[in-house]
Amino acid sequence: MATLDIQARSATTTPSPGVRQQLDVAKLIDISKCIGCKACQVACMEWNDLRDEVGHNTGSYQYPPDLNSKSWTLMRFYEVEPEPNRLEWLIRKDGCMHCVDPGCLAACPAPGAIVQYSNGIVDFNQDHCIGCGYCIAGCPFDIPRLAEIDQKAYKCTLCSDRISVGREPACVKTCPTGAITFGSKSDMLTHASTRVADLNSRGFQNAALYDPPGVGGTHVMYVLQHADRPELYGLPKDPTISPMVELWTGLAKPLAIATMAFVGFASLFHYVTKGPNSVSKEIEKEEEEKA
Amino acid sequence: MDLSRRQFFKVCGTCAGATSLAMLGFSPNEALAEARTFKLAHTTETRNTCPYCSVSCGVLLYSLGDGSKNAQAAIIHVEGDPDHPVNRGTLCPKGAGLLDFIHSENRLQHPEFRAAGSDEWQRISWDEAFTRIARHMKDDRDANFIENNDTGETVNRWLSAGMLASSAASNETGWLTVKMARSLGLVALDNQARI
Repeated sequence: MATLDIQARSATTTPSPGVRQQLDVAKLIDISKCIGCKACQVACMEWNDLRDEVGHNTGSYQYPPDLNSKSWTLMRFYEVEPEPNRLEWLIRKDGCMHCVDPGCLAACPAPGAIVQYSNGIVDFNQDHCIGCGYCIAGCPFDIPRLAEIDQKAYKCTLCSDRISVGREPACVKTCPTGAITFGSKSDMLTHASTRVADLNSRGFQNAALYDPPGVGGTHVMYVLQHADRPELYGLPKDPTISPMVELWTGLAKPLAIATMAFVGFASLFHYVTKGPNSVSKEIEKEEEEKA
Repeated sequence: MDLSRRQFFKVCGTCAGATSLAMLGFSPNEALAEARTFKLAHTTETRNTCPYCSVSCGVLLYSLGDGSKNAQAAIIHVEGDPDHPVNRGTLCPKGAGLLDFIHSENRLQHPEFRAAGSDEWQRISWDEAFTRIARHMKDDRDANFIENNDTGETVNRWLSAGMLASSAASNETGWLTVKMARSLGLVALDNQARI
């Protein structure tokens, strides 16, 4: 049985149970407080029983170089000059944003492989994953990754197993500087506004919350010093679900299913009314004589 | 549409067959979503202190089993102790990765000693280790203990040995450490609590 109430399921037309509404949860990542220690990366791997392979340094503190099926969160290090001759070292904890309107879920063709709980978490259920990778194409933040070992998609679960029993995510708990906080979405919004006000008073006039409306808001939010330029942190300015996803799930897929069903029924109908294609005795005899 | 009696039965038979196959399990299952089960539900929780630096964060060790006679415990998870005043549940990357430190093949798990001049470590029992340490301490202290200084004042110093104490100790353990060291006359007492 489900341990968290399901709000939406991939590739499912029947409605999900919708009577109960759990508390909306959210993770707030305050980039101005992050020191890039990567405790969150370690805690994530430890809790989720993942051990990524040890590879090679690529000239940056960023390791592994990109998210993968065994690293669901990653500290991304950016050396930027927001204004000339002012170097800033921006460090962003990358991972699933748990969108209110998830592109992965909309794109997924496997029933129940991607679910959204009523507390806002978007979770992958690998038992039902068919490994097509559509979630990767559907994600505006480029988060899910296919595992080479089993060809299934993996990403941050927001520690749904911990939250289902009332605990905070592993990365939140471990964060030594308190850059990652967790609570109800409304509490996190309040907390973010105090952080933004503090940053504004310290000379970061453009500091603001990153909770992009293009995907209906997210359950993982950032406080950015330069929110007017999220691309400095490798974040899309106005993320939306690609129109191709809508084209595929809304038009192409039903059309293809209808065509396949039509072909199936037509063949059956033809078989029943006309019977199998057989060679008449006369033609057979004729052919034998020719030979 | 013209259906003969025979054709009608064929259609009905096909439909009955197809639906029966679906009922027998040849159709996709109803998709149930289930979060990964909480893996600590009935594990044993043990308080401990992170062994790395002198900040000495409190950690919780979670081990398999409930301590029953026939169950062999194994630590499966470590996280910060929220009730510990030092770290209040947080851990740095080293502390957060303690599980692999515990299970590391390189972790020293028993006393070893290297004889003077030898390049080989050999395993000894705890009893042998304690006896050996006590023997060396006694011999050294007997040989070098300074009871009185030049003016005849009692000083009870033992200057030829020093003690490196644990930094990950509580106040009470620290108090006992000092008591023990000073009662032997040790002057050089230090620990790593200096970051």
